[in-house]
Amino acid sequence: MSELSFPKRPYRTKGGVHVPHHKNTAHTESVEMPIPKTVTIPMSQHIGAPCTPLVKPGDIVDVGQKIAQAQAFVSAPIHASVSGKVKKIEKITMPDGSKQDAIVIESDGEQRISPDIRPPKVESLSDLLTAVRESGLVGLGGAGFPASVKLNIPSDKNVDTLIINVAECEPYITADHREVLENSWDVMSGIHTVKEFLNIHRVIIGIENNKPDAIKALSEIAYNGFDPENEIRVLPLKATYPQGAEKILIKACTGREVPEGGLPSDAGCLVMNTGSVAFIARYLKTGMPLISRRLTVDGSAIKNPQNVIVPIGTPIKDVINFVGGYKEEPKKILMGGPMMGLSLYTDELFIQKQNNAILAFGEKEARLSEPSACIRCGKCVSACPMSLMPLELSNATDRGDLESLKKLHILNCMECGCCSYSCPAKRHLVQNIRLGKQLLNKAKKEQINKGGKK
Amino acid sequence: MDQKLYVSSSPHFRSNTTTRRIMLDVIIALLPTTIASCVIFGFRALILVGVCVAGCVLMEYFARKIMKRDTTIGDLSAVVTGLLLALNLPVDINPLIALFGCLVAIVVVKQMFGGIGMNFVNPALAARIVLLVSFPSAMMRWVPAFWYQGADAVTAATPLAAEKGTFSYIDLLLGLHGGSMGEVCAAAILLGGVYLVIRKVISPIIPCVYLGTAALMSLVVGADPLYQLLSGGLLLGAIFMATDYTTSPVTNWGKVIYAVGCGVLTILLRSFSNMPEGVSFSILLMNILTPLIELLTRPRTLGFVKKGAKK
Repeated sequence: MSELSFPKRPYRTKGGVHVPHHKNTAHTESVEMPIPKTVTIPMSQHIGAPCTPLVKPGDIVDVGQKIAQAQAFVSAPIHASVSGKVKKIEKITMPDGSKQDAIVIESDGEQRISPDIRPPKVESLSDLLTAVRESGLVGLGGAGFPASVKLNIPSDKNVDTLIINVAECEPYITADHREVLENSWDVMSGIHTVKEFLNIHRVIIGIENNKPDAIKALSEIAYNGFDPENEIRVLPLKATYPQGAEKILIKACTGREVPEGGLPSDAGCLVMNTGSVAFIARYLKTGMPLISRRLTVDGSAIKNPQNVIVPIGTPIKDVINFVGGYKEEPKKILMGGPMMGLSLYTDELFIQKQNNAILAFGEKEARLSEPSACIRCGKCVSACPMSLMPLELSNATDRGDLESLKKLHILNCMECGCCSYSCPAKRHLVQNIRLGKQLLNKAKKEQINKGGKK
Repeated sequence: MDQKLYVSSSPHFRSNTTTRRIMLDVIIALLPTTIASCVIFGFRALILVGVCVAGCVLMEYFARKIMKRDTTIGDLSAVVTGLLLALNLPVDINPLIALFGCLVAIVVVKQMFGGIGMNFVNPALAARIVLLVSFPSAMMRWVPAFWYQGADAVTAATPLAAEKGTFSYIDLLLGLHGGSMGEVCAAAILLGGVYLVIRKVISPIIPCVYLGTAALMSLVVGADPLYQLLSGGLLLGAIFMATDYTTSPVTNWGKVIYAVGCGVLTILLRSFSNMPEGVSFSILLMNILTPLIELLTRPRTLGFVKKGAKK
């Protein structure tokens, strides 16, 4: 492999759309939320197997105490975010409509720290992996992939580049931006830890150029003696959506392409969210597991938009009341950003680990538009960052034409929403593509089952 | 919270472009051409525009009603078709013939194939060709510019059929010659084209490649490239007809191939066929090839490696 170099400017990526940024909260200091009366902590706040509770109703728990353990490899344990009494373990309906067990803890307001909390001893990569696993960290950027699994790179993969994702291309969300400004040193020392233990000699911090203060904050540390080996660079990126999507970010930072169906490690990259690396740095110092997180509360229906540091399991309603409540009748509430977030059916749900924003909108923004016939303008084709043909994918789904769906590489779609966003006929392109993926996966499963019976 | 929330699939934001806004932009882009033809050919031009637009809109309304489908005249696409059809006709044509053109465009070509987005050829162009074949003498009777001020309306030759040296480049640019209502004033058409590109309604690929290919081909066959570009329906065709979304490829390379095809065919037809004009037929032929061109020019999806190829 040739000597690694740092790009002077980002590599060219295709497609993307200019979504209004609405970064209203970028210049407001984050505030810590007071401890809620009760927290409801679901057993699955990550991609992978749900956890099994370690406590039962009536137990007294302390802050940071492990209350649910992860048995599967792809999973992350869960810790108590408040001290108090376990009230019950009940089934709740999650934002995506699935049912999950959740531990309800009644806070005693004392925030008694668990005696087990102490900084972990980390001397080798396996120590780091164990520590990250025990910390309960999942990708804080939104997807919630267990961090210990991500860092555990298979030995046959040659990962030479660590990319730190501060693109934050979703409108409204500024949680990563504020993390960088308020905890610049944590971010940098987290990067240092990951880079040293994983033996990676090229670190690229990708930040959209609409955050000059964040670029400056990290550059000041990185270029002033922090990095004597000269292996860390801050790379300003074009501020277009979806710059922060993993595959697009890798292309922009390294010029490499993640093969279809592959992982970043197949392109020699490890991509981590800023919040996640900063958390690793803090965890190694204090030993306090992931029990709270920073998230952006914004949207046209929110009175005082700002970033809030919230204990995991806090009712969304409490968070919204904390920032002054609703300014107008909310008509749509999102968990995550407007381009890829989930719309909630009620505000009586709970903050989870991977949850980077709560947005509430009034009637004007929430109103659904009626789709009309496709005029074949091709805007979706030029907008698609993966160079797919959304209109054809959507049509093939309508026809139930699985052969075409395969030929059109439907599984390479990452559902960023650029096609639906740019469609003048307001067609539900992504929604249809999701359906198409399900059709294809279902057919595959059926084929496997049939083959098995023979 | 007592009120119910909207729950929908992401993305939750949509851009503010709509089909109606795009069609409105095309209408705005056609205004300079329409005004120019009213100035050059007089009040009759305005009447013909009115007849075609009203004819198309009404026919679309009733065709959808009879087919028991939703009304779609609100998207303004029928207005665009009517306007384009009118601009492709000679000014003194019988309005009944024009109405027959509307019937072909809207009912036969557009609605019978499923309405907006489903037609396989450009409705206005198809209608023009049907009229050209059905009423050749009426469709090729040209009056000179400002005929309404003169004593008698004699027929005039279009620049492509005229003797060499009859018209200067300035005549062509300003439209001081006979021809279809909308094709005469090159300056007005170009103005509309610039507006469409600035508003991002069309990509400049098709007009630029079409005109570039036509210029090159003119050199090959020994014609004056600039004269060829400014005369006949080439500009109107390249900017407003060949860029029709439904009947042109959506991929960038597809657009290039399509426009090269249009350019080559136009000059070949102009030079070697019996017709003085070749734009309509060229675009129509390439319209029919669009699905194939699109199939051949699908972009390579990010991360796709051909089987057998090593990185």
